[in-house]
Amino acid sequence: MNNPLALVGRATLSFLGLAGRLTLFAGMSLQHVVRPPFYFGLIGRQMLSIGYFSLPVVGMTALFTGMVLALQIYIGSSRFNAESAVATIVVIGITRELGPVLSGLMVAGRVSAAMAAELGTMRVTEQIDALTTLSTNPFKYLMAPRLIAATLTMPILVFIADIIGVMGGYLVGTAKLGFNYGSYLKSTVDYLEPMDVISGLVKAAVFGFLLALMGCYHGYHSKGGAQGVGAATTNAVVSASVLILAANYLITELFFTS
Amino acid sequence: MTTPKLKLHGVAKHFGHKKVLDGIDLEIGRGESVVVIGGSGTGKSVMLKCVLGLIHPDRGKILVDGENVVGLRGSAKEEYLAKFGMLFQGSALFDSLRVWENVAFGLIQGRGMKRKAAREIALEKLGRVGLKADVGELYPSELSGGMQKRVALARAIATEPEIIFFDEPTTGLDPIMADVINDLIVECVKELGASTLTITHDMASARKIADRLAMIYKGHIIWCGHKDQIDNSGNPYVDQFIHGRAEGPITMDVLKP
Ligand SMILES: Nc1ncnc2c1ncn2[C@@H]1O[C@H](COP(=O)(O)OP(=O)(O)OP(=O)(O)O)[C@@H](O)[C@H]1O
Ligand SMILES: [Mg+2]
Repeated sequence: MNNPLALVGRATLSFLGLAGRLTLFAGMSLQHVVRPPFYFGLIGRQMLSIGYFSLPVVGMTALFTGMVLALQIYIGSSRFNAESAVATIVVIGITRELGPVLSGLMVAGRVSAAMAAELGTMRVTEQIDALTTLSTNPFKYLMAPRLIAATLTMPILVFIADIIGVMGGYLVGTAKLGFNYGSYLKSTVDYLEPMDVISGLVKAAVFGFLLALMGCYHGYHSKGGAQGVGAATTNAVVSASVLILAANYLITELFFTS
Repeated sequence: MTTPKLKLHGVAKHFGHKKVLDGIDLEIGRGESVVVIGGSGTGKSVMLKCVLGLIHPDRGKILVDGENVVGLRGSAKEEYLAKFGMLFQGSALFDSLRVWENVAFGLIQGRGMKRKAAREIALEKLGRVGLKADVGELYPSELSGGMQKRVALARAIATEPEIIFFDEPTTGLDPIMADVINDLIVECVKELGASTLTITHDMASARKIADRLAMIYKGHIIWCGHKDQIDNSGNPYVDQFIHGRAEGPITMDVLKP
């Protein structure tokens, strides 16, 4: 029974099963994302709770990341007399990688968890069943607004995080590392290419979709009572984080080669 | 012979090793009120969920207006669900919405009615279950269990559906309110011409509501008949149940110290 091959086989099968269910779920949701009617009120409410209320945590993350980045790059670049590169590397690092990835992870912690808990509770108290019996498709009414809102909001959040992160670097650069105000800003802007920012915002949209998808998926499929909802919440955050990191690599490679 | 409004034929469902339904046969005629009685955990709620497509039965047919509805999807499913109203045993109110929005949900989302008009109807239905307009502005978590049940009842009848399921409508209510609810269910049948299927443990309520009664035991409908026949059904299971005796053919698996 405990044949290692069987174990590997079982693990592979259950992984494939999960991937299949997830793809189906994503397909079902996407179908309702693109097909009218759209619930603008619900989308707006979700955008507010995903975007506006994530601003403090995302802003803080970006600020400190920008600050620490300036310090570390200064240390590194001073070893071969390239201190002038600090501003450029900070802005590229923030816009291309750290802005979207760290915001994605922070928002996943907040939003995927909240979605999984909310939908999970609705599942175990039969509210999702009640929705169905009232001729309302849960994918249309619950999943689609969340997915749309997260996908639209994340790029805005990340754009703000980019600005705050660069400001963090600027503060440390000018106040602590002795850069000149004007020249720091100039080298921030001069070497920045539109693609740096755009690739970061594309990532942000994809991360937004993924983190909402994980929140919805685990919430929708939660079983049992409070314990099941707790498990769903944990699974949502963990899987959203891992998926974000994996997707980050894939998207980076896509932009890197093209 | 007219086609029954709802017909279950050989519906079976198991969870793991446990056979919950093992070939249920039941018919509800147009404008008829059927009450299903049976012990706790015998699958009454599961039976309702099978009809509503929330649980997929292992086998059997479910006919609504003579058409099989098992396995319907998409808009066809939404269409047939629009004929149903359901009172869930645990109320299942949407806790993110106000009470009146809960009641009006089927009208606004399902029927595309304007909020203002739907609100009027919702408040009227709330009045029917003895709740005043100010309750409409509260959230479900601010209500007592019995009030939640009544809101759920108002929601189930708000769209004036053709078939209504009541899963234990009077549990948790005081005897007077329970009787008001009984009257309301009778009215639904009489005025709206709805066909109803009610699950209850409350025999007084069952006698008042029912045209016909059916008893479920071990996954089968073991007895079904007119309500006047229930006292001399000649079925020892039914006799034991309606008189609530611990001794009889139905044994509860309880351990005695
Ligand atoms: N989703 C499920 N998964 C596994 N088992 C289930 C599920 N739903 C119901 N059951 C089992 O099916 C049986 C019947 O449940 P059901 O809720 O239909 O009982 P009931 O007749 O409505 O009882 P009560 O009168 O107490 O409400 C129970 O033994 C329950 O354990
Ligand atoms: Mg039940």
